[in-house]
Amino acid sequence: MAEHYDIPMPTRDQMLNLTPFFRLTPGNIITYIILAVGLVVTVMRFTLGIGAVSNLDDNYPWGIWIGFDLLCGVALAAGGYFTTVACYVLGLKRFHSAVRPAVTTAFLGYFFVVVALHYDLGHPLRLPYAFFYPGTTSVLFEVGLCVATYVTVLFCEFSVMPIEWLAHRFPILRIFHKLITKTVILLTIFGVTLSTLHQSSLGSLFLIAPGKLHPLWYSPFMPMFFFVSSMAAGASMVIFEGMLTHKGLQFYMDTNHAKDSKLVTLSFSRAASFILMGYFMLKLIDMIVQNNMGYLFSGYGVLWLVEMFGFVLLPALIYAKGARDGNEHICQIGSIITVLGIIFNRFNVSIIAFNWHLPAAERYFPSWHEITVSVFIVTLIITVYRFIVYHMPVLYEHPNFRHHG
Amino acid sequence: MNRRKFLALLGTAGVGGALAAPGMAAAKAHVFPGYENSYGVLHDVTRCIGCRQCEEACNAVNSLPQPREPFDDLDVLGVRRRTSAYQWTVVNQYTIDDKPYFRKLQCFHCNEPACASACFAKCFTKNPDGSVTYNGEQCVGCRYCMIACPFYIPGFQYDEPFDPLVQKCTFCKPRLDKGQLPGCVEACPMDALTFGRRSDLIRLARKRIEENPGRYTDYIYGEWDAGGTAWMVLAPASKETVGKSDVGPAGATEVMHAIGLDTHLGSQPMGELTYGALGTVPLIVAFWPILFGGLYGISKSREARNEMRNKIMRAAVRQDMAAAMDDAVRRIERQQGPEAAEVARQALEDAVEERRQAALDASRFARKEDH
Ligand code: SF4
Ligand code: SF4
Ligand code: SF4
Repeated sequence: MAEHYDIPMPTRDQMLNLTPFFRLTPGNIITYIILAVGLVVTVMRFTLGIGAVSNLDDNYPWGIWIGFDLLCGVALAAGGYFTTVACYVLGLKRFHSAVRPAVTTAFLGYFFVVVALHYDLGHPLRLPYAFFYPGTTSVLFEVGLCVATYVTVLFCEFSVMPIEWLAHRFPILRIFHKLITKTVILLTIFGVTLSTLHQSSLGSLFLIAPGKLHPLWYSPFMPMFFFVSSMAAGASMVIFEGMLTHKGLQFYMDTNHAKDSKLVTLSFSRAASFILMGYFMLKLIDMIVQNNMGYLFSGYGVLWLVEMFGFVLLPALIYAKGARDGNEHICQIGSIITVLGIIFNRFNVSIIAFNWHLPAAERYFPSWHEITVSVFIVTLIITVYRFIVYHMPVLYEHPNFRHHG
Repeated sequence: MNRRKFLALLGTAGVGGALAAPGMAAAKAHVFPGYENSYGVLHDVTRCIGCRQCEEACNAVNSLPQPREPFDDLDVLGVRRRTSAYQWTVVNQYTIDDKPYFRKLQCFHCNEPACASACFAKCFTKNPDGSVTYNGEQCVGCRYCMIACPFYIPGFQYDEPFDPLVQKCTFCKPRLDKGQLPGCVEACPMDALTFGRRSDLIRLARKRIEENPGRYTDYIYGEWDAGGTAWMVLAPASKETVGKSDVGPAGATEVMHAIGLDTHLGSQPMGELTYGALGTVPLIVAFWPILFGGLYGISKSREARNEMRNKIMRAAVRQDMAAAMDDAVRRIERQQGPEAAEVARQALEDAVEERRQAALDASRFARKEDH
């Protein structure tokens, strides 16, 4: 039976548990400062316009709001499909305790990708127009359709957690809860299909611009590269988050979760090691087949080599060693490097190696407003995640809903 | 099918499994009609003197805001400029073999425009007259069209907080509809811009090259580049290309590059580079559920098999145990009488029950580690 130590679980009379937000810890203080500055910049963005707050221009219509908030946001939220497939489709029940945190992060990740997109769009309120006037020849249309559908799927998968929290007050929700737990396998398969499509399509976005993206990154195989690296990102994020939750949210964990987390870390490390190794080989072969050796001896070549060896091969080896030695900490280091590597890669494709032939003076560097917005979004994700963990059974099994998946 | 397209198919096939073949149909489909009698403009770089009168006319006929530098300020020619939301055409100065040349930049009005295939809200239209126009009313402002345009043409009204739109040359579509020439063409004092049917312009360009092979590089930029464009460029000869006939994109690379034109775009429309990837979408939609459903089925039946085997084994063990206990109790009864046998039976049953409980607890964890 799951031990609950003394997890501060909300009860019928005490639905809220907000005290952790009011403690004057350094973390909270920084959070509130970022949120305050972020709000100011948000107001600026929506009253003064994109030009007033960003360094975007006609040559760089996409900056870090797309390169980081969208591309990295989606890739790093891949833990959702990765974990649910491992647990439900492949029947690896030992990953069960990792499912809820992964689904929560994935849902928040995607939800805030959509939120962040509103900063970047010239006409955010017209986002649904894409479905009224479908530009079916556009990769972006496919991305939009998949992301919109997948957010809905993730919302369903995630909804069991708020329901278990709110069921004290609104017992009617139990019906929906039952429905979701019955269809979880369908949702998972639907989710992995949508994920395959849009994770790879984020790479396809750049297929249309062979003249702008440096040949070391431009490849007809970009869709596959984006998809394969998203798997590594998903596995790494589960490990990375596991590390963070153990450092701050351990009071909300039951013994099963705490016990299984090492197993999850080691298994996911092994998987990530294989994936990264495969990814490294694919990229290497692609580089040779496309005859890009010559480019290796330029500045961009160095950048590419750093990415490939420092952020793909190195973490693959670190993961392999950590998994073999059964050493969680080594695996966690691997996950940090992989996560950074994913961000590095997406930045390279969308910003650094993009417009590579433009003179230095015309290159883009984000403004502090743009960086603030990205930091603001990440902080929002973390804050909402904390709220969820403080109230809902993410890291523990709710005694009223045991064995419900 | 060229090499790049083939690779694109393979690339997505990596995701779509060995299912590339049906995707090819999608890759071949022409999404935009190639209008037979569409118009175009030929820009003859050898005739252009960089007077910027085309810029001024464009500004006037389209009621664009006045630029900071007046149009008679020719110093701006030396600075590399590009089109923007408020300057739909600009003239830049370039150097070929130490000689200055000028080229006018504007939307090329591609036959199958990259901007149009990239737009996910269908804002762009390729019209039968050849122009590529934009309808801002449904524009979401994602700016993917700007990423896609291989010529860096569309500009965005970044300074506009509430209704920012993408802007570019319209081929003076409203004037064409009235039977007038585009503003720039009408204004050019040097006849450097020739308006006409695209097919006629290609013939005209060939004729100019033929009549004056020393003057031109034998390559009409835009005849095939990026799938063909309505506006085309005739470039001067360089030391490299002078006197050579039909140099092709590779031979023309240097000259074209010198006047800021990319000859590596290929002859396929840019959108086609993505159609291979898009073609695999229905395949993934069709096959992924089957694949993962199958995997789920396998893992389920494995689980069920294990469960069954365990059940049988447990039953066998239970029977063995019961038989052994019976045996033991009967022996005790024979040797020490029925009372002792009753005590022994109770003790044995208690012990078994205790162990069963312990095993149940342990199996919860064991199950997790086993699967
Ligand atoms: S030049 Fe650019 S903006 Fe003009 S039609 Fe072609 S792709 Fe579109
Ligand atoms: S910015 Fe507007 S016109 Fe350009 S792709 Fe997006 S929706 Fe289409
Ligand atoms: S008006 Fe004619 S000659 Fe003058 S800059 Fe424009 S294209 Fe060249």
